[in-house]
Amino acid sequence: MSKIAVEARNAVKAFGQGEHAVRALDDVSITIHQGEFFTLLGPSGCGKTTLLRLIAGFETPTSGTILLDGADITDLPPNKRPVNTVFQSYALFPHLTVAQNIAFGLEMLSRPRAEVAERVGRMLALVKLEALAERKTSQLSGGQQQRVALARALAPQPKVLLLDEPLSALDLQLRKEMQVELKRLQVETGITFVFVTHDQEEALTMSDRIGVMSAGKLQQVGAPRDIYTRPLNRFVASFIGETNFMAGQTVPGGVRLGCGATVDVVGTRPGAVTLTVRPEQVRIEPAGAGGIPAVLTSLVYFGTDTHCHLALSDGAEVVARVQNPTGGDVGLVQGQAVSLRFAPGAAQVLED
Amino acid sequence: MADRAFSVARLPGFTAIAGLVFVCLYLPILVLVVYSFNSGRSVASFEGLSLHWYADAWANDRVVDATLRSLTIAACAAVISTVLATMAALGTTRRRAFKGQTFIYVMINQPLMVPEIVTAVALLILFASVKVATGYQGLGYLILAHSAFCIPFAYLPIRARLEGMDLTLETAAADLYASPWHAFRRVTLPLLLPGIAAGMMLAFVTSLDDVVITLFVQSAGQDTLPTYMLGQIRRQITTETYAISTVLLGLTVVLLTLFFALTRKKS
Repeated sequence: MSKIAVEARNAVKAFGQGEHAVRALDDVSITIHQGEFFTLLGPSGCGKTTLLRLIAGFETPTSGTILLDGADITDLPPNKRPVNTVFQSYALFPHLTVAQNIAFGLEMLSRPRAEVAERVGRMLALVKLEALAERKTSQLSGGQQQRVALARALAPQPKVLLLDEPLSALDLQLRKEMQVELKRLQVETGITFVFVTHDQEEALTMSDRIGVMSAGKLQQVGAPRDIYTRPLNRFVASFIGETNFMAGQTVPGGVRLGCGATVDVVGTRPGAVTLTVRPEQVRIEPAGAGGIPAVLTSLVYFGTDTHCHLALSDGAEVVARVQNPTGGDVGLVQGQAVSLRFAPGAAQVLED
Repeated sequence: MADRAFSVARLPGFTAIAGLVFVCLYLPILVLVVYSFNSGRSVASFEGLSLHWYADAWANDRVVDATLRSLTIAACAAVISTVLATMAALGTTRRRAFKGQTFIYVMINQPLMVPEIVTAVALLILFASVKVATGYQGLGYLILAHSAFCIPFAYLPIRARLEGMDLTLETAAADLYASPWHAFRRVTLPLLLPGIAAGMMLAFVTSLDDVVITLFVQSAGQDTLPTYMLGQIRRQITTETYAISTVLLGLTVVLLTLFFALTRKKS
């Protein structure tokens, strides 16, 4: 097990007083390992930015502890924490040049002048902005400002780099480029990244591990693959990717769906349960092939694949995603009777 | 099709009314400036171009004396009121909204609302007893009084600048290991500087122009330029006064131009 870089223990952050108090963070405990690209993923207002601000020191927790390299930093002001932040708005100093912005943290740490110059040069090279060192930041494009913000935060070699939705202001093309760039920087510098986003695709493509948050609570922590294929609850399953939910009853040998069919599942819970199956794990076979009988209610063409909406005999709706063959269509028509089968291990029992 | 959006400029009589207002505003000033260059003593007829009223004013020891006193008071009052106003602006913007915030704003801007004559009388009474108690007769009283009524003029542009500033910048400075003092010194202050300069200029101009409070507070022989001019005009209207007014006007125009240049939003 690798060493722990950041840890939050039972962190609570309440805003407001008494009855009107809102718990932005509700008893969150989390460990982030050294050298890890860790993403906090969730919709706006889920508490992910609050957790980031607690780690940075911009907020103090109502209760709970924040640890950095095993040391309690809960009461340390932000300027005494070896942690740097890339802000959503970048927050570049408008009265300073690119090079002066990058040098700021090192100068505040009273590093020798030669070392500052050398590190600024290295950072400019790292983010490929050598030519713009003497520009004012207001003369830069959004993507360039983003790189300056990154270089400025990386220059003091923090133990942890915090990134607060840094890509949300960029257009799609640039966002894709920066995703690759961020991952490259993280691997090259070996610094622990804690990345906040509401974009599930961003989280899946960049992270070593993801913490999914909702309503101030941590819903699930795991590698992107685990989060996608083995969601623990309804929120995680629906927030990341598209999915089908089906109600059923646990019986010996699986779960019996409302339509009467029994399916093999991963995980067990007694009584009434909710199942989830990703649309791409639903196979459509000819009627009478032995699967779950269903009727095609509609087909939606998506270029790479076709979304087939199906109704089971009890009226439950299931979506299947079928890859389009070259130059042709999937060979299904609306109203057709078919048979469904879930890929082995695809049906997952949720905790709620 | 013509642009049919509503525009004040197309209402009937707009041009005439606007023109009349501008004439009323600027004609008196224009007359003043023109007559300051009159070679004759008359204020009714223009006899020819001359700079001799400017030369007379320059040669008049009492004018020079009053000018230096005015500039000294204005400079001291501008510095003192700007420092206080900067602290007040930081105190009222760099924190979460608090109870009684509006009350504090009213308190800071009190000199804008209380009639000047009331403040003048109040200061006269207060300073009279202080003079008796301490025996001090110097310029300190005028500087103090001017500093006090200049505060709101310095405060307003500084506060406006602070409110337009992204708070995240100070957070970013703290994140980059700047202590609160360093964050202020290296980030807040440089960005605030145009606001501070604008506030100081406004305070300077306000102090330079004051008559009412100065008349009540000044000791014998402490004429400022405005009170000297008032004294002159009581006896007879002299063209020398026109020349001094024109110089004051020039100075004010320069300072206010700088003020607008500094407070103008950069694109």
